[in-house]
Amino acid sequence: MEKLKNRFASAIHDGDLDLLMEDGSDGANQQRTAESFIGNLKYLIVGVLFGVVFVKAEIVSWFRIQEMFRFDSFHMFGVMGSALAVGMLSIWLIKKFKISTLSGEEVSIPEKTFNKGQIYGGLLFGFGWAITGACPGPLFAQIGSGFLAVGITLLSAIGGTWVYGWLRSRLPH
Amino acid sequence: MNIIDLIRQPWPWYIAGPLIGLTVPALLLLGNKSFGISSSLRHICAAVIPANISFFKYDWKKESWNLFFVAGITLGGFVANFFLANPNAIVVSPSTQSALASLGVTDFSGLMPSEIFNATNIFSLKGLIFFVFGGFLIGFGTRYAGGCTSGHAIMGLSNLQWASLVATISFMLGGLVCTHFLLPFLLELVS
Repeated sequence: MEKLKNRFASAIHDGDLDLLMEDGSDGANQQRTAESFIGNLKYLIVGVLFGVVFVKAEIVSWFRIQEMFRFDSFHMFGVMGSALAVGMLSIWLIKKFKISTLSGEEVSIPEKTFNKGQIYGGLLFGFGWAITGACPGPLFAQIGSGFLAVGITLLSAIGGTWVYGWLRSRLPH
Repeated sequence: MNIIDLIRQPWPWYIAGPLIGLTVPALLLLGNKSFGISSSLRHICAAVIPANISFFKYDWKKESWNLFFVAGITLGGFVANFFLANPNAIVVSPSTQSALASLGVTDFSGLMPSEIFNATNIFSLKGLIFFVFGGFLIGFGTRYAGGCTSGHAIMGLSNLQWASLVATISFMLGGLVCTHFLLPFLLELVS
């Protein structure tokens, strides 16, 4: 008990606990009931559809990302803008009509609170995005489409995530 | 033109964008999941190499839906490329082509420039910069920012989160600075 208390105290001391909860909002699972392997297959199917769109709309292309950062094509801005419009409208509708989930739970979306990491980390990710021509989603789709060398990029991205976790308490947030 | 031929063409933004946007309600309604992809990298760390780091000590199995999701994206990439591939070369804007050509990127036939994204480059300076260094920045940066293009620019902004707007602006700013100032230098270094 004492040990647990100390751990909590030190965690709160360097703001770790708050941050941990904050970061948990990315890709958060708010469902209360647990899901089986079979139950999880529905996310695999959504992923397949999503991956097909990524490749067919050429979002996985290094050239499309270059066009975007050079303001030479509307394509990527159109994709992101219309995706955002549909996402926004859907969340508004879900909240307005209190549409519940498949298992009858109330839809809940954790808030994202501001910290300086969004600026520092955001800038660093922007650099990686322009160099590799990929954000994390397209990385997986590129590997699936046969660009096996991107497997190295993915391994390195996992390594980068690990190094962040390791250095976290020493980084400005 | 039959339907398969139509699907094989590159999809315009007004088809692809709304479909991507629909991922947000699909995941929320299927199982109360917030759309986000970079979190999968964290779960992989937590599952494989937690190394007693507090950031990786949590019940990653509860978040395994995210791993199913990215496995699906990989499979989707396979399906799109091997069954629904565009028979024609990608159309890249002329001004991007000439800008890149002056930097030594001249093969515009595939989705990725073959000069760079080739398995034979893995153990070269090109591989070190474009795979290892670039990948590291993606993993480190997205986690530091608490999300990527999906978690912040689509999910976060859809839910009107200020933090996600800050993150999205930072992503774009980083990409712009890198494209116009660092990338020319990097491409010259490996040419």
